[in-house]
This record gives sequence, C-alpha cells and structure tokens, in this order.
Amino acid sequence: MSIIVGSETKLVVSGLTGREGSFHGLRNRAYGTDLVAGVTPGKGGQDVEGVPVFDTIAEAVSEAGANTSMIFVPARFAAPAINEAIESGVETVIAITEGIPVLDMLKTYWKAKEAGVRLIGPNCPGVLSPGKANVGIIPAQFFDSGPIGVVSKSGTLTYQIGNELKQAGTGNSSIVGIGGDPIVGSDFIDILELYEADTDTELIVMVGEIGGDAEERAAEFIAAEISKPVVAYIAGFTAPPGKQMGHAGAIISGSSGTAQAKKDALEAKGVRVGESPTETAKIAVEVLRG
Amino acid sequence: MDLLEYQGKQLFAKHGIAVPSGEVAATVDDAVAAAERIGFPCAIKAQVLIGGRGKAGGIKIAQDAEEARAHAGAIVGMDIFGPRGEGPFRVDRVWVEGGSDIASEYYASVILDRGEKKLLAMVSAKGGMDIEAVAEEDPGALVRRHIDPTRPFDAAAAREIVDAAGLDEDVRDAVAEVLVKLASVAAGEDATLIEVNPLIVTADRDVVALDAKVTIDGNAVFRHEELAEAADTAEDPQEAMAKEKGLTYVKLDGNVGILANGAGLCMSTLDVVAQAGGAPANFLDAGGGSKAEAIVDALTVITSDEKVTAILFNIFGGITRCDEIAKGIVTASRQIDLQVPLVVRLDGTNSEEGLKILAEAKLPNLHQETTMLGAAKRVVELTTNPPAADAGASE
Repeated sequence: MSIIVGSETKLVVSGLTGREGSFHGLRNRAYGTDLVAGVTPGKGGQDVEGVPVFDTIAEAVSEAGANTSMIFVPARFAAPAINEAIESGVETVIAITEGIPVLDMLKTYWKAKEAGVRLIGPNCPGVLSPGKANVGIIPAQFFDSGPIGVVSKSGTLTYQIGNELKQAGTGNSSIVGIGGDPIVGSDFIDILELYEADTDTELIVMVGEIGGDAEERAAEFIAAEISKPVVAYIAGFTAPPGKQMGHAGAIISGSSGTAQAKKDALEAKGVRVGESPTETAKIAVEVLRG
Repeated sequence: MDLLEYQGKQLFAKHGIAVPSGEVAATVDDAVAAAERIGFPCAIKAQVLIGGRGKAGGIKIAQDAEEARAHAGAIVGMDIFGPRGEGPFRVDRVWVEGGSDIASEYYASVILDRGEKKLLAMVSAKGGMDIEAVAEEDPGALVRRHIDPTRPFDAAAAREIVDAAGLDEDVRDAVAEVLVKLASVAAGEDATLIEVNPLIVTADRDVVALDAKVTIDGNAVFRHEELAEAADTAEDPQEAMAKEKGLTYVKLDGNVGILANGAGLCMSTLDVVAQAGGAPANFLDAGGGSKAEAIVDALTVITSDEKVTAILFNIFGGITRCDEIAKGIVTASRQIDLQVPLVVRLDGTNSEEGLKILAEAKLPNLHQETTMLGAAKRVVELTTNPPAADAGASE
C-alpha cells in the first residue's frame, strides 16, 4: 500500500501541452506513473509523446479511464480547471499551480467536499509513493521506499528531510505535499488519517511551518485518533510577526500561529519535535528502530 | 497586501459603507490646506501599516489651523513603532478627516478563517479598544459567526449576529447592512481581512466606519489593477529592489545574509542560523528552478544591506539545479565586488557538477560545507571572526 497515488493511479494532466506540464507529466511517466491522458481545451485529438490529449477531463475519464487529475495550468485559469476536475468523475485532484486567489479556492474547497473528491494542494509539490507512482514535481531520486509516511507544507524542506532519511538507510511509504496556501484541499489531519489506515506506514513525519492553526488541530487529532508514532518539524521560529515569508500561508499575525505555539501544542500531545531537519530525521529513525 | 487606512476607506466608500470625508496629504502645508477645506475640529492621522498609531502619537485632533499645522508638523516624517516594537514605520503621508460626534463605538470585521475554510464575521459592542484584549477578558462580548459558504450572506443572516452582540436596537439594521457590505468587500475586492474598529454611531444615529484595516490577497491583485499602486507604499530599499527583480525577500535585523531555495527551507535555514548563535539579515527565497541571473540579482540585493558581514547559500536542488546555482555564484562574484565571506552548501540535483564548478573557479572567500547544520555553524563563525586578509582558498 501507500496513500493517494500508487500502481492503481491512472493520471490525466491538465496543461500537458504546456512547457511545465509536459516536462513534469512525462517525468512522472518515466518514473512509472500510468499517464493515460492530457487535457487542453481545443487540442483534443493531438498527442504528447504518445499520450492522447482530450478537450475535457470528463472525456479523459470516459475514454482513457483516468482516476487522478493533476492541474498544471496557470494561476488565473487554475480554479476553473480544478472545478472541472472535481466534476469530471476522478477520485483525486492534485493541484500544483501556485498563486491561485484564495477566495476562489474557498469556493473550490467546498465544491470538492460536497462532491467527495480528494483535493491535494494547490501550491504543492504533489504526491510520491516511492517505487509506485509520482504525481507532481517531487524529485524522486532523493527518496527510497520504506515505512515512513511524510506529510508537509513545504517542498524543499521535505526533500531535505527525505534525503536524510534515505542516507540513514530508510525510506517512505508516501510523501504528500499539502501546500502552504491559506486554503488547501487537504490538511495534515486528512493525511494523518490515511497514514493511520495504511499498512505500509509505521511512522509519520509531519513538516509544518508558521501560519494558520493546522498544526495545532493536528496535535489534537493525533492525541485522539493516531496510534502510530508521529515526529514533527516546524519551520519559522525566527520569522518576525506580521511579515509574510514566501508561502502565502506563512504569515503570523499576533501570537497565534507562531512556530513556538505549534511546537508546544504538538509536544503537549507527546509528539517529538526536531530542532532542525537533520535532528527530525534522526529522531524518526531512532523511534522507528526502537 | 495590507492597505493604508485611507485606501481601505476608499474601498468602503465604493461599496456604500459610510466613512468620514477626508483628504490624503504628504506635506504639512497640504495637510493644513486640507484641514481648512474640511473644517474644524478635524483628525490628522498618520498613514502607516501598523496598529497602535494613536498611542504612538500618530493621531491628533486639531481645533484650528494653527493646531493643524503643529500636529501635521509633528506627525509627517515621524517614526512609529508597533505595540511589539515593530518598525520603525516612517510616516510619509497623513489622512485628514472631519471630526465625528461619537455616541457609541462598536467593532465589526469579516476575516478568512483558514482552519474552518469559511469567512468569519465578528461584531462587538465594545469597539474602540484592543479587540484581542476584549476577546480574552470578556469573550461573550465578541460575537463570532461563520458565514455559510453555500448561501448568500443577507441582511437577515447579518441581523442575527448583530442581535447576539446586543447593540442599540435603533441601529441594528444599519450595522447589519454594514456587515453585509463588508462581506461584499471581501468577495468583490479579494480581501481576506476587513476590520472596522471603531464602527461608530454618531449623535445623529448614523453608523460610520472610523477606521479601516484591509488585507488584499496578493494572489488576486492581477484582477484589481486600481489596488496594485497601493502595494508600492512604504517599503525598505532592499525590499523594493528585490521586488523589482522578482525575488521574495524580507529584511530582518541581523548580519548574516541568507539565500535558500523554497520558502520552507529558507525559513528553516534562518532557524538553524539562529540556533548556531547567528542573526539572519534577511529571508530570500530564490524559488524553484533558479537560474544563474537570479543568483546575481539575489547577491546584489543581499549585499546592498550594509549590515551583512557574511552570506550563507543553502540549496537543496529539486527542480533547481545546483550547477546553475554554482554558475550564478561564479558570475556574480565576477560582477559584484564581494567584500564578505560566502558559505555555500549545495545538495540535490546536479550537486557534483555544481561543486566542481565552484572548485575550479577558485573563488576567494568562498567556503563549502556539505551539511545544512555545518554551513550554519561556519557562517556564524565567519560573521563573528572576519577572515584575515590572506584567507583565500575554498576548503
């Protein structure tokens, strides 16, 4: 097993005919992901290196059997593209696009909820299940398969920790980038729940950062619902209040949402929090090997 | 993107919310002229993006032209610090507005609640003071209700919130109307935070927004061209330069210049430098897929801050290729006269090629480290102990 993507994934990429979409879509295929279709309105009937292109995602579902959609279209057009994916009949939508207006995402979030479609992102690196499938932009060479499930708000920070786990001789069941935007389709809690049920996952590493209260909510959820060990890392201890740092979500206002508040909330529920990515990987390996 | 008070009030007026009439002025003479047109008494209010202006002396009431001149003279050009020591924020313009005859001060806001994924409307009869203190000391006095995302937010829904807050009976409909309009500011202008404190009831029982705190979603500025100009207010020179070059840069107080790729890794780099005893001078996310020119730009911005005495590059290449970063460092060190040591940690995609490019270039004052923690320690050492003049070889 693994979560969200795997050998059963049949991927359709919105924006496959674009520069980024084709680069990453074909890279995902080269990794072993079953890329069944691309979608670009008006380009139905063409193909990208043998991958058929359709006008709509719904056609990709009915004609090519797609069950997972990846969104790689520019920010201005991304929310409508995600909405189209939600209505198309796929089970999972993974939105990589960065810079989507947050109030558009608010509507899209509830649309996905209502339709029962799992939405990951936006502004995320995607999901990798090592040895099975890669959907998104995570560089797979830094991860091996293994018993650790990773869920993270940040891309490069995840690569850093994943690589340290690989160097320590272990690996991952899946790596899920949930994205750092204020409104994301899936929060830590949603992914923690999937890892709890996943038989391949023995330990969970959660990588958070300043802003919002997803980590604090996760702490409560871990105490109540998660039996597997969880190790966490939080970035942004030195961020000054009120300053925005890159991710739209990484903003602190007042005292709530600080890295310290998140660390305290997690530790209060027995979750060990590493001081650095290196220490976090070390703790994870230590807990795993008892 | 935060708006200044007067920019927020202009948005309110556009959406039919009553605000006092006023004018913006950048000089003392203009402020006095504006005050004379508006009439006395009038308020002269510093326009800065920080709370606690009144306490800091940035808001004053003038009874006549002489007082207006004295107050404007004191406020224009002053430095305001926030309640938690943020700043300084230099006042480069004031908002001059007619005085209001205040009977009651309420509080109203519409804010994006990221946890619940809904807009949250809040109303209180206890306006005019620090609302966080009200929420803490008298939680029942601040009514908080989420707006149902699947239904239109109408006067009846708003009236329920206003009733719960126990406002004066005769103005409840008017306040409910303001609340509906605040929600329409959120939807229409892509605002993620709209706060009115105080929302006043005048002696004539009119409901007027006496202050405005508005945050516009930066991702949506493309569809609000009239607001794009507001984004240019009050920036520090490095931040302005970085923005021009398309880099994500935030200035901090320390002396260790930082460049990393990805917001999370960059924040983490600041943290480990602080843990090693250093003080970061900035946050600079070179982004995914950084090319050589971006590195030249980034180094230009970082070194333009005179406080910087050493620089740390922390790169974990995913999409970003380390050989591109290395080429950028070599090009930059030829274009810019780098006076400070540079600690470089390259890992990830094409790191071997990158390290080879750096080794072959034999740059003076460049120090390579293989781990993030090692690099943080090294840069802190170099900051506190500047290298001797003959220190040249990379390790």
